[in-house]
Amino acid sequence: MGKLSRVIVSLFVFILLVTALASAQVPKENLITADELLKTLQTSFSKPLILSVGPRVLYMQAHITGAELIGPMSEPASFEVLKARVKKLPKSQEIIIYCGCCPWSHCPNVAPAYKQLRSMGFTKVKVLYLATNLGVDWVYKGYPTVRGQ
Amino acid sequence: MSWSASLRVLCLCLTMLPAASAAFAQQMNTPAIAPPFTLAGINGSPVTLAAHSGKVILLDFWATWCVPCRTEVPRFVSMQAKYGKQGFQMIGISMDDSPDPVRKFRARYKMNYPVAMGTPAVARDYGGVLGLPLAFLIARDGRIVKQYDSSDNLDQVEHDVRQLLEARPHP
Repeated sequence: MGKLSRVIVSLFVFILLVTALASAQVPKENLITADELLKTLQTSFSKPLILSVGPRVLYMQAHITGAELIGPMSEPASFEVLKARVKKLPKSQEIIIYCGCCPWSHCPNVAPAYKQLRSMGFTKVKVLYLATNLGVDWVYKGYPTVRGQ
Repeated sequence: MSWSASLRVLCLCLTMLPAASAAFAQQMNTPAIAPPFTLAGINGSPVTLAAHSGKVILLDFWATWCVPCRTEVPRFVSMQAKYGKQGFQMIGISMDDSPDPVRKFRARYKMNYPVAMGTPAVARDYGGVLGLPLAFLIARDGRIVKQYDSSDNLDQVEHDVRQLLEARPHP
């Protein structure tokens, strides 16, 4: 039983480490929580540019109010859409990117989008941390959402 | 902390997962009866729910870019082969933006069940697919009896399918 418990706990620690490594692709200081973004949207005079880097079908069902669709970074064409959208913006533009397609540790989209924007020189890029998905961590909380477009 | 104490903490964490899953389900407005659909199948033929009326159906919303979804597919292929003759039917609805990667994936993983391209309308009909993976277990009479997300265990899914296959028809 002692050996079994060690194996189970080790497995759990391994899963936590894998999750942490996946999330580490975006520096912690560049993450923004749903509550923080909500506060920003409710109080800030100048709104940040919010970009959805998740799949089109997800965006069309529901997206954060004011967010623009870029498309999933797992598709090469989305990189061109992203580059074209931010091309004329000042490098100090506040940009928030999000996906929410699946659990944070498995998201294939936010880290590539973050890296792309940073490589273009944008200094105020934040990634919305959605632990489970867009539904659980934003829409079902009743946060500002546009549905069905 | 001793190993037994660590194990207790771990068990507590694991017992919280189904609660989180259940909370997700409650917020989704899942319909009681599986809404009918006709969707474009990736092999060219339409995929309909009605074509499989009277069967136990596992309807899986997935995508090729979704890591947890990809790991589930081989198990679903196995379940279709194992229980198909008993009246079980897997149906995959891909939430990819285009069918090309889905066709490649289907061939590579030898998916032995119908796969269709999802639409916002069918996602809405099922209460909203705002995160993947998401699957619905549908009884022979069309009732949605359970739904599963990324926190659910495939052994439990297969167990539930077996139970429904063995169950008497709902009065």
